[in-house]
Amino acid sequence: MEALFAIAIGTLTSCAVYLLLRARTYPVLLGLTLLSYAVNLFLFASGRLVMASAPLTDQGLERFPDPIPQALVLTAIVIGFGMTALMVVLALRAIHATGGDHVDGGER
Amino acid sequence: MLLSLVILIPLLGAWLPAALSRALGVDPARTAAALAAASLALVLSQAPSVLAGATLVSGWSWIPEAGLNATFRLDGFGLLFALLILGIGLLVILYSRYYLSPEEPKERFYGLLLLFMGAMLGVVLAENLLLLVTFWELTSLSSFLLIGFWRHDADARRGARLALMVTGAGGLALLAGVLLIGHVVGSFELSDVLASGPVIKAHPLYETMLVLVLLGAFTKSAQFPFHFWLPHAMAAPTPVSAYLHSATMVKAGIFLLGRLFPAFAGTETWFYIVSGVGLTTQLFAAYVALFRHDLKGLLAYSTVSHLGLITLLFGFGTPAGAVAAVFHIINHAVFKASLFMAAGIVDHETGTRDMRRLSGLARFMPWTAALATVAAGAMAGVPLLNGFLSKEMFFAETLQVQWLGSRYWVLPVAATLASVFTVAYSTRFVHDVFFGPPPQGLARVPHAPPRWMKVPVEILVGLCLLVGLLPGLIVDPLLGAAGGAVLQAPLPEYSLALWHGFDLPVLMSVVALVGGASIYFARRYYFGLHGYRQQGYDGRALVEGLVALAVAGSRRLVDRIANASLQRYVLLLLLATLGVGFVGARGLSLAPIDATPPPDALAVALTAALVFAAVAATALHARRLLALVLIGVVGLVVSLAFVRFSAPDLALTQLLVEIVTVLLLLLALYFMPAESPRESSGLRRARDAVVAIAAGLGAGLLAWAVLTRPFSTIAWYYLENAKPQGGGYNVVNVILVDFRGFDTLGEITVLGIAAVAIVALLQELKLDAPQRDWDGRPWATERHPLMLRVLARPLLPLALLVSVYLFLRGHNAPGGGFIAGLVTGTAILLQYVAYGSDWARERLPWNYSTAIALGLLLATATGLASWAFGAPFLTSTFGYVHWPVVGEFELASAMMFDLGIYVVVVGVVMVIVGRLGALSGPAARGS
Amino acid sequence: MNHLPIVPILLPLIAGSVLLLSTKWSPNARHAFSLAAVVGQLAAASMLFVTVREGPVLVYALGGWAPPFGIVLVVDRLAAALLVLAGIVACASLLYAVARDTETSAQRFLALFQFQLLGIQGAFLTGDLFNLFVFFEVLLIASYALLLHGLTADRVKAALHVVVLNLIGSALFLLGVALIYGVAGTLNFADLARAIPALTSADAPLARTGALLLLVVFALKSALLPLGFWLPRAYGAAAAAVAALFAVLTKVGVYAVLRVYPLAFGPQAGELANVAEAWLLPLALATLAFGALGVLAARSLRIAAGWVVVYSVGSLLVAVALFTEGGYAAAIYYLVHSTLASAALFLVVDLVAGDRTSAGDRLDTADAMPHGALLGSFFFITAAAVAGLPPLSGFVGKVLILDASSGHPAAALIWSSLLGAALVVIVALSRAGSAVFWRTLSPSGGARAPRPSLAALAAPAAILGCIAALVAWGGSATAFAQAVGRDLAKPAVYVDAVLGGGHAQPDDRRRLR
Repeated sequence: MEALFAIAIGTLTSCAVYLLLRARTYPVLLGLTLLSYAVNLFLFASGRLVMASAPLTDQGLERFPDPIPQALVLTAIVIGFGMTALMVVLALRAIHATGGDHVDGGER
Repeated sequence: MLLSLVILIPLLGAWLPAALSRALGVDPARTAAALAAASLALVLSQAPSVLAGATLVSGWSWIPEAGLNATFRLDGFGLLFALLILGIGLLVILYSRYYLSPEEPKERFYGLLLLFMGAMLGVVLAENLLLLVTFWELTSLSSFLLIGFWRHDADARRGARLALMVTGAGGLALLAGVLLIGHVVGSFELSDVLASGPVIKAHPLYETMLVLVLLGAFTKSAQFPFHFWLPHAMAAPTPVSAYLHSATMVKAGIFLLGRLFPAFAGTETWFYIVSGVGLTTQLFAAYVALFRHDLKGLLAYSTVSHLGLITLLFGFGTPAGAVAAVFHIINHAVFKASLFMAAGIVDHETGTRDMRRLSGLARFMPWTAALATVAAGAMAGVPLLNGFLSKEMFFAETLQVQWLGSRYWVLPVAATLASVFTVAYSTRFVHDVFFGPPPQGLARVPHAPPRWMKVPVEILVGLCLLVGLLPGLIVDPLLGAAGGAVLQAPLPEYSLALWHGFDLPVLMSVVALVGGASIYFARRYYFGLHGYRQQGYDGRALVEGLVALAVAGSRRLVDRIANASLQRYVLLLLLATLGVGFVGARGLSLAPIDATPPPDALAVALTAALVFAAVAATALHARRLLALVLIGVVGLVVSLAFVRFSAPDLALTQLLVEIVTVLLLLLALYFMPAESPRESSGLRRARDAVVAIAAGLGAGLLAWAVLTRPFSTIAWYYLENAKPQGGGYNVVNVILVDFRGFDTLGEITVLGIAAVAIVALLQELKLDAPQRDWDGRPWATERHPLMLRVLARPLLPLALLVSVYLFLRGHNAPGGGFIAGLVTGTAILLQYVAYGSDWARERLPWNYSTAIALGLLLATATGLASWAFGAPFLTSTFGYVHWPVVGEFELASAMMFDLGIYVVVVGVVMVIVGRLGALSGPAARGS
Repeated sequence: MNHLPIVPILLPLIAGSVLLLSTKWSPNARHAFSLAAVVGQLAAASMLFVTVREGPVLVYALGGWAPPFGIVLVVDRLAAALLVLAGIVACASLLYAVARDTETSAQRFLALFQFQLLGIQGAFLTGDLFNLFVFFEVLLIASYALLLHGLTADRVKAALHVVVLNLIGSALFLLGVALIYGVAGTLNFADLARAIPALTSADAPLARTGALLLLVVFALKSALLPLGFWLPRAYGAAAAAVAALFAVLTKVGVYAVLRVYPLAFGPQAGELANVAEAWLLPLALATLAFGALGVLAARSLRIAAGWVVVYSVGSLLVAVALFTEGGYAAAIYYLVHSTLASAALFLVVDLVAGDRTSAGDRLDTADAMPHGALLGSFFFITAAAVAGLPPLSGFVGKVLILDASSGHPAAALIWSSLLGAALVVIVALSRAGSAVFWRTLSPSGGARAPRPSLAALAAPAAILGCIAALVAWGGSATAFAQAVGRDLAKPAVYVDAVLGGGHAQPDDRRRLR
């Protein structure tokens, strides 16, 4: 399981990084989205993997997942959402202000 | 205290001339003179005891951690300089009153003059070396402003910058040197430093300290090869030249040599560097001075030459040499200041300073001519004038130097040669200007200057005579005190007698006088001195060239590196990350320690799907809509992963956020080009791919390493106390709203700010929606599909019900304010999608920005409520109430907090996506 | 129960939210309210400063959950000093904003200004690694919005770069948190200070990577090269009041370095001792040099001011990178000085640009300024402060740094870089000043700029006053800096204050399975 999880994180990171290095705002946006998936999974991984359980104490479970990373990831997802939203609108504004969707403005 | 007043009166009084002349119309010159006189009186009140050999040290500790203390010291040497600064200062103020034309900003002039006066007094009265450096830099700054006084004149600006550059650089070197001295001696107080000469000279850093200090001294005192800034400083008004650039500031370097004499002098290094530089400067400058056609240019080089002479004397390292140096400091200050003033008078009355155009002025201003002649005689070392005495001493000293062994004759010969040129240019100064036929083609007819403009010159020239005739009476006490203070030891034998009998020094003087006069007349009449154009080494060109080069170079460099290319900056950031990651992970072992459950088919399939989707999205990113769909798939798999690994809340959140995000990107795509152009070269893509793969490998391996090792955490505490103390079974939710509720408060604040920012960004944003239309974007068209409308209407109440349910159970089961908020938000959005924003806005007429603010305030208020119970912010409490239908029901204060979250989230979703959706709606279609 | 520690966070949070609702208020009411809020923060910060200046450390456990389990706010000397600093700069720049600039005194701007402060003060106060992340995000998103305010093309371009870079930075922050929590099992700074040294050599590499990733993030925030190239254009494009406030922003990164590394990765951290040391010094020296060249290369005063920030961050991080008591002391003094100086510079430059109707802040010949004498003296003093010329605080700071580094093996290199860069900055600023104030055409009958209002002048004047005070009372200022240096060199003080004396509480962390 861990191997698969690690592979997923690695792939997401690679794709994200490649997209981040593109010259247009849209692929960069996609890259940021992928990066946030990768990072959230990584942060989640810091609590290790537990299957067939839940951080619910009324279910009579005998082993629990680490609830802290879950809480942190939840916060991270929400913040990431706000940031992505801002970035999307900023990209639009940049097209409006600079007349192109190049990351350095205009068409280059 | 009293000593600090001497400095503070002019320093802090610098603004008074301007203030008083504005307020009461007082002549700024009077104010300045009054302040200088007050400070002079204070100095004189201390003179007797100092002349008796006392050393007054006073002050207080200021910034001990930095070694910087406000301690002051008045001994003979300091007294001598203080008298020069204040005495000549007063004369210069009087002189300037007539020199400056009425329309010039007198207030600023006298203010700056006082500023400099205070700074210079600080240099000579400082007991603490760092304090000395402080004032040292202040003199550079005020001289910068004074040279640039005539700002419209390009030469003035350049001269000012040049002076600041050279002396400023020297100041930094001096600072370094002083700090080293402080480390070696263990104190910055002069008393300690002067007492530890042996320690300093024996220290391995002696040469370093010496060179650094000398750099400061030589730049300030215009010693070769740093002399070049001084002639260019002559663009300043003449009183400034007379004061700063001949009598006082340029002597600061000399002062430093004398001040640190006991600590540094007497070694071979000292002799070779100091006297070497001094001799070179004296000879070279004396020679150059003869060929300057500008009166002030001649005087400037003559100043440089005389400073060289003094440096040379200190360089000998002998007590007698030091005394001779001090003596010449006095004499030079007196005669050179008067000469500058005379030059100023000539300039003032004739409108030119060019000796090729001046001639025979004695007819028009006989008295000035007489004064100038006497002063020039002193400069040339004519007997019965003060210059003669110190020059005799100088000659005598050159004969005593031991260091050169068999080459002992070099110094006397060079010294004589230098004074030959001195005599030559002194003769020229007098002869070219005042004698010969009447001048031709001057701007105006010259006439005698105003009475009071001559007074300062008269006083100074009078001093030349008095010192020259009655040295023992006039100057001996001061010289003795000053010399003693320099040496910090009993004075050597020296005599100020006018005549020692016919000895070698006298012979040298005769040679100098005769040779100098003949050289001048020879050149003047047989070799066309006036036609002479001077080429050769001009430091200004050099320095300005260097600066221009530096500017151009740094521009090229900065534009090249900081080229405002996001791709480069991102690459740098990623490379830095890879770098530290590589170094940080040294010795990372990948051997799994924990037993791990084997992967099952489903997991493999999902991972494969994720990998495929991600890679495909990356490969096909140019086709934007397709890429977006693939990204959506990835997000879906991620949320499934959360389900699989026991994180229901995460899964729900991820899913909902995913939906909204994709929705958002779809809306955005509507205004973007459908495809990305292929612009980066194959090589570039390959490079990026390498970086990407490296990053992926790194992240994957680290993840693997983390996942496969056991660790202990504080998490058990939450699992144990969520219910008993937090009142909830859903530990994650309790953490979010209680244990770490503060994080959540920050989190919703971020959302709120994001919404505010987005509203701002969308203001009067006009984007032309493309005419061509893609599939799968129903809200982009005018018509709203029937299907959706049929669905959406009943969906809203249902969604609201679900949200309530999710909200209420949140504390004990997956759900909570955030998730509920997203559900509600999405449901309302659906109405927008189905019916168009106008329709929806009519029926759901809420100001969502207000909602956000209210939500934030609600959450904050909940946290504040606990203050009432003397508990910290965000302390929660809970209890059970019996509700009619629902039955036994738990109410936690955390739920109010959660409600705040809910409201914020709904507001944010509506603002963000709603506004953007409205853009694409009919409203924006018109554009 | 003393709630003072959280007041600097609550005030801007509430004030910001209220300002969002203030659509119906009169502009003056809004201005008064915002100014009152920042003054209130400054007052609260000052009270905290007075409380802790003699040494006590205030700990505020949010929700009443004892550390390491809950989030704590910690006020020690370092934090208190920065709170006050931020408060001062905030007051000045807000005053300038409302006095000067109709654009920046709009309702939304005022709200965002408060949120910006919320993020900054929170970052200074928190004692928890993830909470630090949250406050970083708050201050970042607020800074994006403030930078964008006005929506000129320059600002949009600059903001796009800043946002993308910092989103990547946030991702790295989370990775760092994950790696550190993944082996240490805790997030509380003080608890980390206990957990990190106890790590097995198998776990050490992960924690080290995490620590270094965090260093990258902090370097990006504080514009350490090669990660700081974005700064000059961004700060140069921002409105003056915003740029002045941003002068504090870069220092948040420096603060984070000072907070985290001496505490958890200091000499006592066993395998992870001094992880940051090898990296910081060379990069700081490079930043110093390149920043100075940037000032020299600048073609406009605003860009020059931007590079001045980079330059001063360089010298600041040189002091930090010594990781010695003296280095910390020099750093904290220089931090306060350089923040004030750069803030003042941005405001003064804006006044100058406003007075040069034709040329704005470009370094080329233009009509003589109507108020050249007044603004010239402002510029001269500010420039002297920036260039570290005596008698202003920059000189003292420079001396302290040189002093602290004198024992260092690379002392010669450090000294020559510091002094050389200082010379370059002196040259650059004297060129700029003489170009703007001296090399002028005779004033043509063009539009004459009105005299800047007293309030607008008061803002930079107040900051310069603080700079002067930093010298006049230099004795106590440096003594305080020394005390901070001691605190940082002896983390036990902080740890004890947060976790109580009994250090060994092994069962704070347990295995879940």
